Amino acid sequence: MDLKLREDDLAFQREVREFLDRHWPEDVREARRNTGRFEETKGESPEVRRFFDALNERGWAVPNWPSEWGGTDWTPTQKYIWDKETARAECPQLSAFGARMLAPVLYTWGTDEQKERFLPAIREQKMIWCQGYSEPGAGSDLAALGTRAVRDGDDFVVNGTKIWTTGAHVADWMFCLVRTSTEGKRQEGISFLLIDMTTPGITVNPIHLLGGIHSVNEVELKDVRVPVANLVGEENRGWTYAKGLLTHERTGIAGVARSEVALERLKAIAARTAVDGGSLWDDADFRRRVIELEIDLEALAMTELRVLSQVEQGGAPGPESSILKIRGTEISQALQVMQIEVFGYYGMPYPDQTLIDNEGPVGEAYAHAAMQAMLYGRAATIFGGSNEIQKNIISKAVLGL
Amino acid sequence: MDFSLSDEQSLLKDSVERFVQNDYDFDKRRKVMAEEDGFSRKNWQQFAELGWLAIPFAEDDGGFGGGPIELMLIMEQIGRGLVVEPYLPTVVLAGGALRRAGSAAQKEQYLAGIIDGSKLGAFAFAEPQGRFNLADLTTTAKKEGDGYALSGHKCVVLNGPSADFFLVSARTAGDQRDTKGISLFLVDADAKGLSRRDYPTVDGLRASEVMLDGVKVGKDALLGDADAALPLIEEIIDDATLAVGCEAVGGMEVLYKTTVDYSKQRVQFGQPIGKFQVLQHRMVDMFMEYEQSKSLMFMAAMRLDEGYNEAAKKAVSGFKVQVGKSGRFVGQQAVQLHGGMGMTEELAVGHYFKRLTMIDTLFGNVDFHLKRYGSFD
Repeated sequence: MDLKLREDDLAFQREVREFLDRHWPEDVREARRNTGRFEETKGESPEVRRFFDALNERGWAVPNWPSEWGGTDWTPTQKYIWDKETARAECPQLSAFGARMLAPVLYTWGTDEQKERFLPAIREQKMIWCQGYSEPGAGSDLAALGTRAVRDGDDFVVNGTKIWTTGAHVADWMFCLVRTSTEGKRQEGISFLLIDMTTPGITVNPIHLLGGIHSVNEVELKDVRVPVANLVGEENRGWTYAKGLLTHERTGIAGVARSEVALERLKAIAARTAVDGGSLWDDADFRRRVIELEIDLEALAMTELRVLSQVEQGGAPGPESSILKIRGTEISQALQVMQIEVFGYYGMPYPDQTLIDNEGPVGEAYAHAAMQAMLYGRAATIFGGSNEIQKNIISKAVLGL
Repeated sequence: MDFSLSDEQSLLKDSVERFVQNDYDFDKRRKVMAEEDGFSRKNWQQFAELGWLAIPFAEDDGGFGGGPIELMLIMEQIGRGLVVEPYLPTVVLAGGALRRAGSAAQKEQYLAGIIDGSKLGAFAFAEPQGRFNLADLTTTAKKEGDGYALSGHKCVVLNGPSADFFLVSARTAGDQRDTKGISLFLVDADAKGLSRRDYPTVDGLRASEVMLDGVKVGKDALLGDADAALPLIEEIIDDATLAVGCEAVGGMEVLYKTTVDYSKQRVQFGQPIGKFQVLQHRMVDMFMEYEQSKSLMFMAAMRLDEGYNEAAKKAVSGFKVQVGKSGRFVGQQAVQLHGGMGMTEELAVGHYFKRLTMIDTLFGNVDFHLKRYGSFD
């Protein structure tokens, strides 16, 4: 038992750091640090485009994919180092819906044609995807979904409404769960369809979130014709594919590396925030709460390493992997709330208004980004299976209740 | 980075685990506690034969050269069984001091006896006014002739009633809370001027108030250097903190699993109470607290294994904070979910709860270790 990285892992870490320092340098990091990045936009800045191109050129765009589709054959430790270093460098990530969520379904169950058509475009971030899962009547109880797809010749005709669809307004495509059968168990009548967002009959209505952020949408589908060739896997087996997807990338889910960055930033900002002639970091009560969070985060980081070590030795993740999402989101939310506390009164000005009047932010610019992060961050314990649903799952799968 | 155990470590873990499973169920433990010493001398001899008493000591001293990882493996199982035999006071505390600072003669006189099971020790480090501050000492050791005379009051000395010898921290120079001027002494239990008031502890152990009234010891009773013992004491206590933390992790595992099992059996409102979501989520919380504690247990053991430095001290304090909070939650919820039965002496649950509660206090509680953790930034 030991925590040390091996010499070859350290060499890999150096290589990754050099790459990130060159292609995502400190001045770019600093410039982006104070702007919230919660709006889904397609038109990315030239430096982001260059970064994604550099990733692709180096073969590091999608480390977790199989190597035949441009992935790497990195060990779990190397993937862990990559996650850690990219979080430290605060660099942009490929849109998660394509690269992290859809791709594993495609390279596992897709046809050769589907793989050829979609995987390279996702890897190069040239095709943006959104996820059509939730519906007005099917949130945590996803299997209640009612969007119908009825076979008509070589097409499915799709009717229904999807909601909370992140990035639907900028997406080229949507992967979608639809009901193709009402027979038998609810889960057994669901299919996995790929829908071109330019197809007639699709209406995207924006939903404005707290803080005025436009990220999610309602998507209406009215007589949308989807070629049968866009069905992934077998008809009525979509639930299985969607569930299989949830077991992918277990370790990244805790967001440990990102929370570690946020913690360091919180300490640094507290240290330069004046209170009673000293700094906020000297305030024993504040400091204690930060330290408690730090210990929580350390425990989670170690839990993640335990899981990683099991996977590295060829085993399946143990029951402790199930707590990564719950604790990870709780900790990142707690950090976001503490960030807001640091700003005191200057957490109050509403960013939109202060930007509209063209006089720049009131107070510190980073207060606005932090507030946006806190507001948007509330979603983390709701999406991807709310934390309460996660506890139901642990209760059943781990505790046998 | 590697979380796997070596073959020797696996064997050790299995051996302690087997003992706890086969020879230390709740009824046997109750019988053992009713013995005169409050534990079983027979078990202690078995520990010696199995080599557990030799684990942390150097091969040159007749030991197996084990470190924090081995300590973790043993203590986690001891925690699962609520084992009351004095492993912590004798092997971890007294043995920890002797192996680090003992002279050849001291090792021969005391360490050999610890290893073969013939000698029990205790560490008298705490004082009534000192709370968790290891340097807050009013016990004095005054030069007298060729040796020293010790006077003072040491409190809640675990295993005091059965100890053959005490390790005593005393002030040889400086003021009450000075970090310098502290020395460690080996004092035989039958030394003239040493008296004890013995009592049981809430969690089923035995302890003593130890009074020293001009106890004369020779200069060969000084362990390590005079006036400079605080870093050594801190190191021994960090080892012991890891040890009781591991015990707590073992105890929490038993408690959350016992509670889950109980909730499947206990029927109310026509169904097992484990079907109620509010209780299911509570038990998931207990499970998560256990796992998070276990993760920091690995971290603390591995950091100590890398060497005794600031990172190790910080990891031990972080672990103790986690164990204090998690132990409280898991212990209290286990009692709560067992309802009235959890309140009784006849179920094991309450006994684990008591041990977890006491462990929070031992070697510094959550508040103390939060401050200590923060002091390393």
